[in-house]
Amino acid sequence: MPPESPPVAVPAPDLPASTPPIHPSLLELFIAFAKMSLAGFGGVLMWARRGIVEQHRWMTADEFNETYALCHFLPGPNIVNLSFVFGSRFRGIAGGLAAFAGLVGPPMLIAIVLAAIYARFGEIDALRRTLEGVACAAVGLLIAVIFKMATPLVKRRDVVGLLVMLAVFVAIGLVRWPLQIVLLVAVPLSLAITIVTRRKVKA
Amino acid sequence: MNDHPNPIASLVWTFGLMSLFAVGGASSAVPEMHRIAVDVQHWMTDKQFADMFAISQLSPGPNVLIVTLIGYSVAGVAGALAATVAMCGPTAILAYYVSRILQRSSQSRWPALIQAALVPLSIGLMAASALILARTSDQSWIAALITIVAAIFAFATRLNPFWMLLAGGLLGFAGVV
Repeated sequence: MPPESPPVAVPAPDLPASTPPIHPSLLELFIAFAKMSLAGFGGVLMWARRGIVEQHRWMTADEFNETYALCHFLPGPNIVNLSFVFGSRFRGIAGGLAAFAGLVGPPMLIAIVLAAIYARFGEIDALRRTLEGVACAAVGLLIAVIFKMATPLVKRRDVVGLLVMLAVFVAIGLVRWPLQIVLLVAVPLSLAITIVTRRKVKA
Repeated sequence: MNDHPNPIASLVWTFGLMSLFAVGGASSAVPEMHRIAVDVQHWMTDKQFADMFAISQLSPGPNVLIVTLIGYSVAGVAGALAATVAMCGPTAILAYYVSRILQRSSQSRWPALIQAALVPLSIGLMAASALILARTSDQSWIAALITIVAAIFAFATRLNPFWMLLAGGLLGFAGVV
């Protein structure tokens, strides 16, 4: 590295607290979320963090993590929840809808066009073969996400967590029980275990 | 095809209910989508479902797009819109109200606690998704190998996932799979 580069290499410090709050307009919300969404293959979270925290500086990293944690513990598509909560924080319900429309609208158009092509030409051999190859890779990407999420559990030697994970996998993936029934048993159970083990750690 | 009297109503009911049980996001709900779309409602075959998942990965944007595609194949553009809004609406409204309540009592420890309890569940659900999709997609050794290599690359590198999908598509096009 040339000697004049160190100042650039220093990681960007968090914004000073004195920065005046920036209030994006409805259009800005729509465009920002559309951009993040269209950049995101196999997950929008990374781009959302980059856009909201680093580029637009609408939230600090901590605020973003808190909001994301909230949207992750609630059911439903996390990043969709995040867009709505985020937009509504600045511009009420209309802001939530603008961010949501930006996140889901443009990719939805692309998906519908692809689906229409599939419906019309899906029987053509070359297209079918191509899609088969894509499907194999897509499963691989999903497996990588699973391993990334499970790594902290393995590192912590969280045996109970891994057992819960395995039980849900067997019940849904192998036995094929309906989701609702499995969750009605597994959610209270896992929550009880978590509360009990945390108490033990504190004691 | 099993023609439901009103496919749109059936989509809205299915996905509206599912959204409230989709712990950990849309990928966790894939087994339930598969169960309903293939086994219960007979909207599509196993193979078509795997194709829908592949197309949803091929489009940029949130994972929830697989719901858009299922909706489209059941009832066209109207079905796509209805299914997507049904999957996103209820939980977005829930998240909105919960975030407003929590803003008032910001030191609540419940979100962190519930999240810690739900993480193993959502990993288990996603693993079930992967199993169900792999059963359909990985019919040959080469196909399984593509899945494994893509998984290793995505896990160990910061390469944009799009390149792995493209590589898979090219191998498929070349007739390797």
